[in-house]
Amino acid sequence: MKFTWFHLMPYRFLPEDFKDRYRSVWVDIPRNLYDPKVGHRLYNDYLDQLEFADAMGFDGLGVNEHHQNGYGMMPSPNLMAAALTRRTRNANLVVLGNSIALYNPPIRVAEEFAMLDVMSGGRLIAGFPVGTSMDDNFCYGEVPATLREKYYEAHDLIVKAWKEMDIFSFNGKYTKLRYVNLWPRPVQQPHPPIWIPGGGSVETYDFCADHDYQYSFLSYFGYIAGKKVADGYWEVMAKKGKELNPYAMGFAQVVIVANSDEEAERLYSPHVDYFFNRCLHVYNGFADAPGYRTVKTIKAGLLGQVGKQADLRRDGLTWKDFVDQGFIIAGSPKTVRERLREAMKTLHCGHLMMLMQIGSMPPDLVRASTELFAKEVMPYMRDLWSEFEDRWSPKRLPQNEIQMPAPLHFESRGANGQARSAGIQSEVRSAK
Amino acid sequence: MITTQKLLDGKFSVELHQFGSSGDPLLFLHGAGGLTGVDPFLEDLSKDFKVIAPHFPGYGESTGNEHIDDVLDAALFYHQLMDELGIDSANVVGHSMGGMLAAEMAALCNHRVKKLVLVAPAGFWLDAHPIPDFFAADLTEIGGLLFHDPNSPVARMFTAIPEDLKALEAMYVERVKRLATAGKFLWPLPDRGLKKRAHRIKSPTLVVWGESDKLIPPVYANEFTSRIKGARTAIIKQAGHMPMYEQQAEFVKTVLGFLKS
Repeated sequence: MKFTWFHLMPYRFLPEDFKDRYRSVWVDIPRNLYDPKVGHRLYNDYLDQLEFADAMGFDGLGVNEHHQNGYGMMPSPNLMAAALTRRTRNANLVVLGNSIALYNPPIRVAEEFAMLDVMSGGRLIAGFPVGTSMDDNFCYGEVPATLREKYYEAHDLIVKAWKEMDIFSFNGKYTKLRYVNLWPRPVQQPHPPIWIPGGGSVETYDFCADHDYQYSFLSYFGYIAGKKVADGYWEVMAKKGKELNPYAMGFAQVVIVANSDEEAERLYSPHVDYFFNRCLHVYNGFADAPGYRTVKTIKAGLLGQVGKQADLRRDGLTWKDFVDQGFIIAGSPKTVRERLREAMKTLHCGHLMMLMQIGSMPPDLVRASTELFAKEVMPYMRDLWSEFEDRWSPKRLPQNEIQMPAPLHFESRGANGQARSAGIQSEVRSAK
Repeated sequence: MITTQKLLDGKFSVELHQFGSSGDPLLFLHGAGGLTGVDPFLEDLSKDFKVIAPHFPGYGESTGNEHIDDVLDAALFYHQLMDELGIDSANVVGHSMGGMLAAEMAALCNHRVKKLVLVAPAGFWLDAHPIPDFFAADLTEIGGLLFHDPNSPVARMFTAIPEDLKALEAMYVERVKRLATAGKFLWPLPDRGLKKRAHRIKSPTLVVWGESDKLIPPVYANEFTSRIKGARTAIIKQAGHMPMYEQQAEFVKTVLGFLKS
């Protein structure tokens, strides 16, 4: 079993009456609710938390892309992943991902992912989401009906650019390039593992199965509601005769660990409420632009996790409901061990994307829960799926070839601006 | 009304409604919402004209939507349809998105459109007069955007939500199909460069607008009349974005008056 500590990077200070005063946390959230000074603190807190998760032995650090969104302050997850390459050592960088239909030309994504892979010594997992309707259609103006076609074309271009050693031309419908010649090349050859985050579009199951990509269902509704999607995915995999390897699937789940079930509720309940009732308050009209989902998916009857239907499912839920209905797995280490094992077995899932900072949860609570999980839960779950090989995790450079940042010791500079530090001098000498 | 299916070019199968059998051909291009199946104004127009109302690919039973990416493809589609029907030139009436495509069609090949009627056409964007986001509009808001009186029986016909779940799903799927197609020309803003081409329209042109159109405000009429030589505007009172349904008699009188003059 593998664990990725996944950050959404929410704005933690939306007003109390947010849900009544504003129609959406996403797309048209008022700009004046964002205070950049607070934002500065939050970005640093959040990077600290991810770095702490690395130190605690989590397998991956997860970041994702959202636009004009009060619960996801990462228009560019690549910037966060880049920041993480410098101070983290072990964990994989799980960028889930870049909405590749939005980038023109999409080769930009191939370049940035290659940079991240090289910077991190081969620790990158490359996520290619179609992206949500809010992000792609409403914020970035993509025509809904052609989004998927554009996505598939971008995917073909990026993967070919990674694989091909010779310069080639690409004559796509949406992108035309005379010289495709990807510099730098990724450390992981021919390319980093590709994970496809999905929200329940049936086409994505086929796409993952056909390309041997990992499918990550990024739900906020937990394992009980997520079972329908997981079953749909495994059914497609079985039909296509693919190995039912749990590592071919990732699942996002809110997890909270405290010293007792009672303590978990007392300390964390307000933050869970903030997440489900303020952060996920998305105007119904933005949930699903006409043409964003195919008719096939609509007929499959899979509900989205934002919008009116989603609101109805969450309305008036208490901590007990959130726990009982599986939205969150929370409680003492013992409780979490049991529930999580049951959940992962039910879903047949090998890669858990753990949402351990959600909503307004402050740094001390995040740290406490993370540490308890790492020490009291994770070691007891490692055995799960040990009979399977994880073919979807990075193959990094050997430890002796990984370079870490040089120590910071050039604070003292002379009046003329010349470096006086011995460290810098010796580096200059050795470079000669 | 006669309904037929026409095959075009091996790419499209087109469902056509035909009203009347005598008079000059009149091609009606529907808007983003499509034909309702109960479109009595077409019957009225057929007293003097042979009215042909095709469903655009992606609407009704018409297929081949995947072969249309942009307004050039759409304009060519209508020209191909005229070829297939053996119509050399026709009067063209286009509503909303259909008005935009009718204008594109006339600009592309201007001698094939005898007279042009643009009813609350899309095609332009004015920063000072933003068009509300129809695609994101809640079902409860749509009536207010489309009609002068959202509580009138006509308006309610458009905004009624079926109680039967099967019917509701069918309605939802059809709406998604239609608006997904419309998005190719209207998403995220309904400007695909008509301003560069509108001056090529040589047909006598009437621009018809509902006085209280809250979706595309009547101020947009100037964008058409200032670019199309000789074009004039007719305003229909107590009508919103759907004047042919909301003020059927006045609409028909206005259009027939222009076409027969």
